Amino acid sequence: MSNSPKLNPLYRLQFEKAQNCYVLLYPEGMVKLSDSASEVLTLVDGSTSDGDIVKALQQKFPDAADLIEADVKEFLVDALEKGWIKYDR
Amino acid sequence: MIDENKDNLSGEANSTKHDVGPPLWLLAELTYECPLHCPYCSNPMNMEGKELEIDTQKWLEVLSQAREMGAVQLGFSGGEPLLRKDLEVLVKHAKELGFYTNLITSGIGLTERRIANLKEAGLDHIQLSFQAANAEANDLIGNKRHSFEQKRKVAKLVKQYDYPMVLNFCITAQNIEQIDDVMDLSTELNADFVELATVQYYGWAYENRDHLLPTNSQLVLAEEYVNKFRDQQNGQGPKFIFVTPDYYETRPKACMNGWGSTFLTVTPDGTCLPCHSAKILPLEFPNVKDKSIHDIWHKDFSFNHFRGYDWMPSPCRDCDEKEKDFGGCRCQAFMLTGDMHKTDPVCDKSPDHHLITDVINKAGEEPSVALKYRVLTKDKINIKELNE
Ligand code: SF4
Ligand code: SF4
Repeated sequence: MSNSPKLNPLYRLQFEKAQNCYVLLYPEGMVKLSDSASEVLTLVDGSTSDGDIVKALQQKFPDAADLIEADVKEFLVDALEKGWIKYDR
Repeated sequence: MIDENKDNLSGEANSTKHDVGPPLWLLAELTYECPLHCPYCSNPMNMEGKELEIDTQKWLEVLSQAREMGAVQLGFSGGEPLLRKDLEVLVKHAKELGFYTNLITSGIGLTERRIANLKEAGLDHIQLSFQAANAEANDLIGNKRHSFEQKRKVAKLVKQYDYPMVLNFCITAQNIEQIDDVMDLSTELNADFVELATVQYYGWAYENRDHLLPTNSQLVLAEEYVNKFRDQQNGQGPKFIFVTPDYYETRPKACMNGWGSTFLTVTPDGTCLPCHSAKILPLEFPNVKDKSIHDIWHKDFSFNHFRGYDWMPSPCRDCDEKEKDFGGCRCQAFMLTGDMHKTDPVCDKSPDHHLITDVINKAGEEPSVALKYRVLTKDKINIKELNE
């Protein structure tokens, strides 16, 4: 089992200028993403592992480094449950 | 075609009342022409044919202007949007602009060549409507022979070409007792999402209400079936979305997430509406032939008319739920009471609520008038033929 998440092909991640945020688009729907959700999802590419996502964000936000691991993991579990991301088995 | 799916869009969109946000959702009704004649169609009772449709150039401008303002979800609908030969051109333009593009279709006329071309043009998603889960009922409700077979073929092609597929079943008294067949069919066809949308009473559906409205016990039973089916799914297969009819609720739906807050419909002749059914209202609606989308959205009288809360009569005016449901649907208030400013009669605080309870109390009785199949105004003379 690989633990590199990828975006569910039903969804498209896109930055929206008018709303000044990232959104997830899917059939006839849209989810506005919070800043932290966007930071994680923009790193989800099918080849970056959970651990590497954490590392990348810790480098980007050194001040919050200790909190990041738990936050990212929690978000990924949530995103998996919502069907936004998938893991290949 | 407003469904629970869109709640995400509406729920999270933060337009405050006085600062008007962008029309995030654009519904492009390309044509009223349609090969089917569903008696629950939400299109208006009076529909013009091709003659008055706006041309490709105008549609391209509409898409560009709306996108510039921040529109991001785009539905191509109708009628049957496939009857517009320029659909591929419009999809391609929309894709380049960054829209998420949805094709809302009956599937009739969706050949493999067109599916491939639309994919090439960048179409994101296809929503396919079925009238029922078997050929006999399906073709009878849509009043067209062999349409069921065509739809099945189309569903396979949609998956083959790797589109997300939403199936839409309009649930009425005519098919509600076959809801388990509907779920089996959806699973077999490998749908991603399935809308089991009990019909809402607008347009043709309003005219045919006595034929279409399920009884409360039919509804309860159907919902039980759906829940049972979901439990057995184990997270596999299609995601079913069951939409109950507001007639059986005591609070109205939040009309379009607030009038002029999120949704913009452009009809085949270029008229702009805050909701696809609003044409029936005694308001003058602007046209893209005369004004820009920006001016229509921000400045037109009709779009501003029901924004905010100042227009509300009692009981809504003093109600602490007004920010949740905006007093309900203006079209429904108008159809049922004759006054578009009134509280939606679905609300049990409305003095007109009996207009709803009277109707549901009669559900299941033999209707006194014949079912009317949807036809264009110019074709109304042929209505007899259709009924044969
Ligand atoms: S005015 Fe009514 S028909 Fe129109 S959208 Fe609102 S809820 Fe729907
Ligand atoms: S009175 Fe008006 S605002 Fe209050 S719940 Fe009913 S429809 Fe909504």
